[in-house]
Amino acid sequence: MRELRGIGASPGGAAGPVYRLAPPPALPPLVEPVDPEAEKTAVRAAVLAVAADLTRRADTALEATAAEVLRAQVMMAQDETLIDAADIAIDGGADAPHAITDVLAGHRAVFEAAGGYLAERVSDLDDLRDRLVAACLGQPMPGVPDPGHPYLLIARDLAPADTAGLEPAMVLGLVTAEGGPTSHTAILARTLGIPAVVRCAGILDVADGALASLDGASGVVVAGVSAETVTTVNADRLAEIERRARSHGPGRTADGHPVALLANIGSARDITGEVEGVGLFRTELLYLDRVDPPSHEEQVAAYRDVFAALPGRKVVVRTLDAGADKPLPFLRLADEPNPALGVRGLRVARQAPSVLTAQLAAIAAAAAATDADVWVMAPMVATVAEAAAFTESCREHGLPTAGVMIEVPAAALRASQLMCHADFLSVGTNDLSQYTFAADRMCGDLADLLDPWQPALIALLASCAAAGVEAGKPVGVCGESAADPSFALVLAGLGITSLSMAPRSIPAVRESLAAHTVNECRQIAEAALAAPSPEAARAAAAGASRQLRFGDGVSVR
Amino acid sequence: MPTRTVLVGSASGLHARPAALFVAEAAKQPVLVTIRTGDKKPVPARSMLAVLSLGAKKGTEVTLEADGDDAQAAVDTLADLLERDLDAVDA
Repeated sequence: MRELRGIGASPGGAAGPVYRLAPPPALPPLVEPVDPEAEKTAVRAAVLAVAADLTRRADTALEATAAEVLRAQVMMAQDETLIDAADIAIDGGADAPHAITDVLAGHRAVFEAAGGYLAERVSDLDDLRDRLVAACLGQPMPGVPDPGHPYLLIARDLAPADTAGLEPAMVLGLVTAEGGPTSHTAILARTLGIPAVVRCAGILDVADGALASLDGASGVVVAGVSAETVTTVNADRLAEIERRARSHGPGRTADGHPVALLANIGSARDITGEVEGVGLFRTELLYLDRVDPPSHEEQVAAYRDVFAALPGRKVVVRTLDAGADKPLPFLRLADEPNPALGVRGLRVARQAPSVLTAQLAAIAAAAAATDADVWVMAPMVATVAEAAAFTESCREHGLPTAGVMIEVPAAALRASQLMCHADFLSVGTNDLSQYTFAADRMCGDLADLLDPWQPALIALLASCAAAGVEAGKPVGVCGESAADPSFALVLAGLGITSLSMAPRSIPAVRESLAAHTVNECRQIAEAALAAPSPEAARAAAAGASRQLRFGDGVSVR
Repeated sequence: MPTRTVLVGSASGLHARPAALFVAEAAKQPVLVTIRTGDKKPVPARSMLAVLSLGAKKGTEVTLEADGDDAQAAVDTLADLLERDLDAVDA
C-alpha cells in the first residue's frame, strides 16, 4: 500500500482498479522503412486491433447514439480504401504511422471543407487516427479507457474534449496529477457527483488495473488496496448516496438556523430535483457565438423559462459576464494582454452600456410575467460607485432587488459601503481567490493558492458576511467552495446566508449542515480563520467539528 | 453496364446511420458497386470514408454503377435502399 496526497476536489469515497486516460500518441520522426511489407502488415494489424476494440466498446455502450458513432468509426477503420491508400503511401516511402496519418489527413480536409455534419465528424477521424497510430507504435489506446467494468479514471489532467465520452456510471472516481480545485476536472466531477482528487503527484506511476481508493474530501489516495477494501469503500459510498437521495427540505443547521441551498444554472434545463431557488443564473449561454446580441423577445423567453419553473422562489440572475477571456463576437472587445484583468463583467457596460440596459429590460419583462422572486446582480464590481450605478439602473428598470458580486478584493474590503446601495452580496469565491492570490484560475501549478481553505480568502469572506449581518442584508456564496460540505460549515459559521452550487452537490451540503448547530459552525469558522495555512484550516475545522453520526462523516476529515 | 440514378431519401442525407446501413449493404454485394454525385469521380460504395465524403444530402442526385454478373440486382438493391428514408427505419 502506498499513500499519495492530492487536493480533494469532489467529496466522497471511491475504490476500484485504475485506468489511465492516455494522451494521443506523438508521431515519431519518419524513418524510411527497410521492409515496406512489414509496414503494410503493421497497418492491417492496427486496423484489426482498433476495429475489435471499437466494436467491443460499441457492444457495451449504454447509449444508442454513442454506439452508433462507434460503429461508424469501425466502418471507417475497416474501409478498404484506407488500407489501399496506406499501401500506396508506404510504397512512396512512409512507415505505417505516417501512412495512416497522411491518408486520414486527406479525408479530414474533405470533411472539414464540406462543413456541417461532416465537419463535426472530424474529431471522429482524429480519434481514429490516434488509435491506429497508437496501435502501430504499441502504445495504449488514447482517450477515455473502457475496461468494460467500473473503474477509477486517472489522467494528467482532463480537458472538456476528453470527458465528452465519459460514462458517469462506469467512472467510480477521478484522480488527476495536475489541475486544481477549480479546474475542468473538479467542476465536472462535482457536477456529475463523482468523487475526485486533483493535483495528486505520483498517480501516473500506478499501473493500469491496480486497485486504489480515494477520498475526495481529504485528497488522500491509497494505491494497492485489497479487494475487500474496494468492496467496503464502494458499499459505503452507495449507502451515502442512498441516504442523501432521501434528504430534502430547505438548508438548516441542527438547531434550525436557515442557510438557503440554491442552484447554479445556465438554463432551465439545469434545474434538477428539489431546489429552494437559484443562486446563480448565468446568462452567457444566450450570447455565445453570436454576431448580434439576442433580441428582446429571445431574452425574455429564455429568462421566463427559468422563472416559470420556480414560482414563488428566489432566482438570482447574473448579468452578462463576458470579457476578453470569455469573448463574445458582437461585443467586439479588443484583445488584451491580461484578459482576466481587463474589460470584463460589469466593465463591459463602460463600452457598450446598451447591452446591459437591454438585458435588464428583458429580465424585468420576464419577471413581470411570472411569480418567481427575481434578484439581479452584476459581476466584477470593484467600487462603490459601480455598485451604486448598477443598482440604480436595476431599480429604474423596475427590478426591486439588486446586488453585486464580490469577486475583486477591492469590493470585499468595502463590503459595508457597497451595502449602502446593494440589497445583497454574492461572493464568487473562484474569482475572488484568483484576484486575491494573483493566481490564474487556469494555472494548475498554482492550485494550492486557489484552495478555498486559504485563511486570507476566509478572512475576506468573514468581512463580507459581517457587513451583511451588520446591515441586515443577505450575503451568499456562489463559488465552487459552497459545494464543499466541510467548507459550507465554515461559511454558515461566518454568517453567510445562502450557498449556491451545482444541484447535485446540494444533498451532501444539506446533510453536513443538518449535523451541526450554528454555534458549532461558528467555532469551526473561528478555528479555520485563525489557522496559518489551508491544511491547518482544514484540520482545525475538522478538530472543532463534533464527531458525526456517520462513521466516515462528511466534515471529520 | 447497369446504372441507376436516384435521389437520396434519408432526412439526414447520406450521413450517420443511413451511410452506415448503405455501406454495410454494399459490402454484402457480390460485385463492386460505385457511387458518384453529378459528374464527379465514382467511389466504391463499400467505402465508408468515400461515401461520407460525397456529402450527399436529402434530395441529392446520386448514380450507382456496377459491372459483371448480378450487377443489375446489386445496383437495384442499393438504389432502392438509397431512396428510402433510412433515418425513419427501425434497424
